[in-house]
Amino acid sequence: MDFSSFLLMRHEIILLAVILLLVVAEVSISSNKKSSVVHLAIFLFGIHTIAGFFKPDYGSLFGGMFHTNALIHFFKNVLNIGVLILLLQSADWIEEKIIQQQRGTEFFMLLFSSLLGMYFMISAGDFLMFYLGLELSMLPVAALAAYETTKRISSESGIKLILSAALASGVTLFGVSMLYATSGSIYFADIVEAISSDNLTILGFVLFFAGLGFKISLVPFHLWTADVYEGAPISIASYLSVISKGAAVFILMILLFTVLKPLMFIWENMVYILAVITMFIGNLFALRQQNMKRFLAFSSIAQAGFILLGLIPGNALGTATVVYFVLIYVFSNLAAFGVVQAISLHTGKEQMKDYEGLYRTNPNLSLVMMLALFSLAGIPPVAGFFGKFFLFTAAASKGYYLLVFLAVVNVTISLYYYLLVVRAMFLRQSETAIPYFKSKIYMKLGLLITALGILVLGLYSPLYDFIHELSNSIF
Amino acid sequence: MNITYIILIPIIPFIVFLLLGIFNQKIKPAVSGYVGVFGLLASAMLSFYAAYQYFFVNGKVDGVYQTFTEKTVWMHFTDTLHIDMGILVDPISVMMLVVVSVVSLMVHIYSRGYMKGDEGYTKFFAFLGLFTFSMYGLVLATNLFQIYIFWELVGVSSYLLIGYYYTKTSAIAAAKKAFIVTRFADFGFLIGIMIIGFYTGTFDFETLNNPEGSAILNWAATSFMGLSVITWALLFIFIGGAGKSAMFPLHIWLPDAMEGPTPVSALIHAATMVVAGVFLVARLFPMFYFVEDGFALNIVAYVGAFSALFAAVIAITQTDIKRVLAFSTMSQLGYMMLGLGVSGYEGHEGVGYMASMFHLFTHAMFKALLFLGAGSVIHAVHSNYLKDMGSLRKYMPITNITFLIAALAIAGVPPLAGFWSKDEILVAAFEHNKLIYYVGVFVAGLTAFYMFRLYFGIFWGKDRTYDHKPKESPLSMTFPLLVLAVLSVVGGLIPFSEFVTADKVGFEAHLNYPLAAIATTVGIIGIGLAWIFYKKENNLSDRYAKAFGPLYKWASDKFYFDEIYMFITKKILFKRVSAPIAKFDRKVVDGTMNGIGNKTVLISQKIKGVQSGKVQDYAFVFVAGVVVIALVFIYLWSN
Repeated sequence: MDFSSFLLMRHEIILLAVILLLVVAEVSISSNKKSSVVHLAIFLFGIHTIAGFFKPDYGSLFGGMFHTNALIHFFKNVLNIGVLILLLQSADWIEEKIIQQQRGTEFFMLLFSSLLGMYFMISAGDFLMFYLGLELSMLPVAALAAYETTKRISSESGIKLILSAALASGVTLFGVSMLYATSGSIYFADIVEAISSDNLTILGFVLFFAGLGFKISLVPFHLWTADVYEGAPISIASYLSVISKGAAVFILMILLFTVLKPLMFIWENMVYILAVITMFIGNLFALRQQNMKRFLAFSSIAQAGFILLGLIPGNALGTATVVYFVLIYVFSNLAAFGVVQAISLHTGKEQMKDYEGLYRTNPNLSLVMMLALFSLAGIPPVAGFFGKFFLFTAAASKGYYLLVFLAVVNVTISLYYYLLVVRAMFLRQSETAIPYFKSKIYMKLGLLITALGILVLGLYSPLYDFIHELSNSIF
Repeated sequence: MNITYIILIPIIPFIVFLLLGIFNQKIKPAVSGYVGVFGLLASAMLSFYAAYQYFFVNGKVDGVYQTFTEKTVWMHFTDTLHIDMGILVDPISVMMLVVVSVVSLMVHIYSRGYMKGDEGYTKFFAFLGLFTFSMYGLVLATNLFQIYIFWELVGVSSYLLIGYYYTKTSAIAAAKKAFIVTRFADFGFLIGIMIIGFYTGTFDFETLNNPEGSAILNWAATSFMGLSVITWALLFIFIGGAGKSAMFPLHIWLPDAMEGPTPVSALIHAATMVVAGVFLVARLFPMFYFVEDGFALNIVAYVGAFSALFAAVIAITQTDIKRVLAFSTMSQLGYMMLGLGVSGYEGHEGVGYMASMFHLFTHAMFKALLFLGAGSVIHAVHSNYLKDMGSLRKYMPITNITFLIAALAIAGVPPLAGFWSKDEILVAAFEHNKLIYYVGVFVAGLTAFYMFRLYFGIFWGKDRTYDHKPKESPLSMTFPLLVLAVLSVVGGLIPFSEFVTADKVGFEAHLNYPLAAIATTVGIIGIGLAWIFYKKENNLSDRYAKAFGPLYKWASDKFYFDEIYMFITKKILFKRVSAPIAKFDRKVVDGTMNGIGNKTVLISQKIKGVQSGKVQDYAFVFVAGVVVIALVFIYLWSN
């Protein structure tokens, strides 16, 4: 192995360098100038994001524990873009709330460590690397969820997340050990050859699946979601619902489509059932939520159910639709969370009824929120429509018409509650409407990028073709 | 030939639209007028350059005009069936670029004077930009679906501009009517597109129009009710075209569309948008001609001929000058359709196609001129009605002369533009279908008569005094009149048959002297009759109107077509069909849906308890879920 092949880990190395630089910065920047850490972190992460777009190399390292290909590389870029937007949207919050408590740098370090874990997780070539990545991606987030130490609910959220996550990863590990027991290897390449469909394998697979289902918040592994989102700082809720979920969906898809392909006759039924339950439960709970964070939590559960539709075909078409949908979902959900963040930061209000009359006082924010909700609901011509459309075609291409029908029913239900927010903002008038406020430049930029993404991504078709082309690289 | 720069032609007006639309309140009217005019000037210059490059420099290879396309796949269905976005450059699209550019530029300049002081001045120019963008996009479209997108966009712009005076109820009603009627027609168009997509596997014009291609050769593969499905598709597409081009019986929106500002009528409802239907048939001409021996094309010919006659008769009786011009437009569009309908394909056989496009070109010039002239008159006397006009020649010399030139052109007096193009259409009709030829000649006479009735009524007729002395319009309005007048004089001298033909090979057209003489004589008789009736104030016209009795009344009430439609929609559709369906909808469908909705909320309330907030409960559900799923799957699928 020559030294240059380490460049395959370009994303990981640069991000690690960013984290180390931040350690140095934490030490060297005097305590009354700590807010410059925010600019520095965003700047460094921006460079990291851009660096990801340079021409990549593909291959594997460490005897196959780590591997990368065109699609994995692309997906890391997607995660980077998402995190960059998230940083822009949270910059003001960090500057105002966190820096004072002298814990600004740690925030970035924890966040980036979690992202690093995701890189390793999706690049994993065996279950060990996968598990290390999974843990590295989850533990820092639990700390971050409890980051607002002044709020009791934030600590509660952190505790709930860490307990649930511990359970989930225990279950996952149990499942992995069973798969190892039946196939005799933890390397994906070996497992795919040795796997059979005996009882132990199926049990192992179900346990393993449950662990990832926890991260994606599939029903019935979803119960932590709403409580944690509600208590955690909004940027962390946003991170969990967009970045963390996106990465988990991606690795789940890769594993299902490659390593566990021989078990397809089992997992396609599993995906089918969980998709239906998740869509219905997520939507039914979302209907009644009054708190915007809980509302978005259940909406993101329902969205996870929709994503499962793209897993059903098990081929390049499915891959392309899932990745495309996740990309659009990153923009849509970040836009929604961004608006909630902006409002919460300036007014502390998080209830749906606080949004009444928002259009009159803050038209731009309301428009971004409307775009985001339309995109989540899948109303043409915004990007979300195309995302859902392709997911549904993927499922229909394998003849799952009933599933597509049920999904359409759920789209209708979701339309109802998304429009509830739009109605509150645009049609309702309120004496106590949130007064006009001006966001700072980072927040504006963060929202603008998401809004543009929602408007442009769906109509810019070469993107889908591009993803479709990349999709063949995982097989 | 490099055609990439042509993409700028539609993009510039679109940018103008965005600028003026977004900064509507912040831009001073004076500035927005200039933005509109100069934006369009840039597009027009590019169009002229493109036309020069195409027709004279490198469009022709071995005597055949080539088709150039540049496109990207926008939506992918199958390997052949995909929706592209792009531009297609061939003789008719380049010709249309020139037509749209000239008329739109003139209308932009004219509107700076005509709309001066109007509240929505900036908005008006923004809408004009949107329209021009859509129209450019329509003529440059590479496939059926793209043309359909822009087809709807011109429909929207037309809707916005007809309803521009949105405080006037009649304007709103007219806008709605235009939109609804053309939408109905467009539905036919869409069905046609889908049939074509399904049976030929492509939307692409180049593939569809290839006479050796499978779309045309295999037309007989599937048939439905005695006709090829492709013929059905073409007929449906023609319904779309007939809606936009106001062919009988979908014409009822055009006269009402005159509620829009007059420059809009000139641009959209005379020169450009309404010819979209003609353009569409021309665009698919090889299909129309080759499929089922031109069955669909025959329908086009008869619909065109009937519309031409029908509209000309109504035009004689109208008293609102814009409505006279509207019916005249419909009649001339019928002419173009019938020209296409009687055309062959190769060489001189294709004279009808050439003549139709030629007439489209010349008609755009003189009809825009007529409308802008009428606008100038309306601007001066503040009325649309003939009874409020008369002897205006003394007050408005430029308008008078230019209007006269346009009237002579449309009446087909040599050597003005209309003479040449109309003559070629009649030649084609004479060679292919005598009945249509006679209708054509008769309509030519009627055209000359109603046009000079209008001219004499406005500029001669009764000597009268005005409360406010009418003034000649400002230069910004008379300048476009003069430009268009020059084009109406010399436009016919273009050797069109060398440039725009069905098979894209130029041929030499000769004047057919006997036919030209007949047409001209008929035209002059029409003018002469108008002279006798309307030059001086007399009661001759009233006496004749009385003598014709009910016939005159029918014609002046537009043969009661509006009333027939009203009766059908209100009395039959609304009462007998819609009302019961609405009842069913309210009681059964809504009832069921509300029931489901209420149940959904109820369930959502019931299951709320699961989300207890206790993390140990969550863990229990988690593990229970895993166990249940594992058991189910092991039980069902293990072997």
